[in-house]
Amino acid sequence: MSEKKIKNVFVQGPITPEKIATSIAHHQVKTNIGGHDIFLGQVRADEIGGKMVRAIDYSAYQDMANQAMHDIREAAFSKFDLTCMHIYHSLGEVKAGEICLFVFTSSVHRKECFDATRFIVEEIKANAPIFGKEVFEDETHVWKENK
Amino acid sequence: MKLNVKYFGLIAEWMGRSEEQIDLWENSIAALRQQLETNCRRLSNITYQVAVNQKIASEELELSENDEVAILPPFAGG
Repeated sequence: MSEKKIKNVFVQGPITPEKIATSIAHHQVKTNIGGHDIFLGQVRADEIGGKMVRAIDYSAYQDMANQAMHDIREAAFSKFDLTCMHIYHSLGEVKAGEICLFVFTSSVHRKECFDATRFIVEEIKANAPIFGKEVFEDETHVWKENK
Repeated sequence: MKLNVKYFGLIAEWMGRSEEQIDLWENSIAALRQQLETNCRRLSNITYQVAVNQKIASEELELSENDEVAILPPFAGG
């Protein structure tokens, strides 16, 4: 296991546009970066069985999920020549239209961050123990499953 | 052997709790699955994973009393 400290990727509620803007601003001092790539996961108002999804209520096996995110981060740094990388995921209720996942990669040239972002997002979907309860407007729910 | 088992998402909802101690007659993942599915028959209709000490466990793994065991429904992150 890596000796690097395991970070907490979780934020309570939606990831705000202000958090994303601030995160971008923090990179202006890192002048060796030539390109950033950002993936934002947004909650969809899906129609399921004639009912509209109002929000997703996220929960997680947090210790294992943070370890999984740590492993994904280490794998991405070894596979791609990245300058830096940030991952945030929501916990609790995120309304349709709000952001639940923020993956931010930076590199000297564009190709590395494009490829890394796709890798990280796919790995999170497959390997991070995060669960989503899709809550309808009438407050009934179903459990979401990644395809 | 006694095991502390954590439940998440759909499975926690079905079990009506997020954690419990169960008494297992054999230290195999198969025995654990069988006991869980006897307690909650709906479990046999879904694909769920068993994590031991925060890693997805292979079916061959042998359980120990102090293991952190979690029963995980399908993931929905992102």
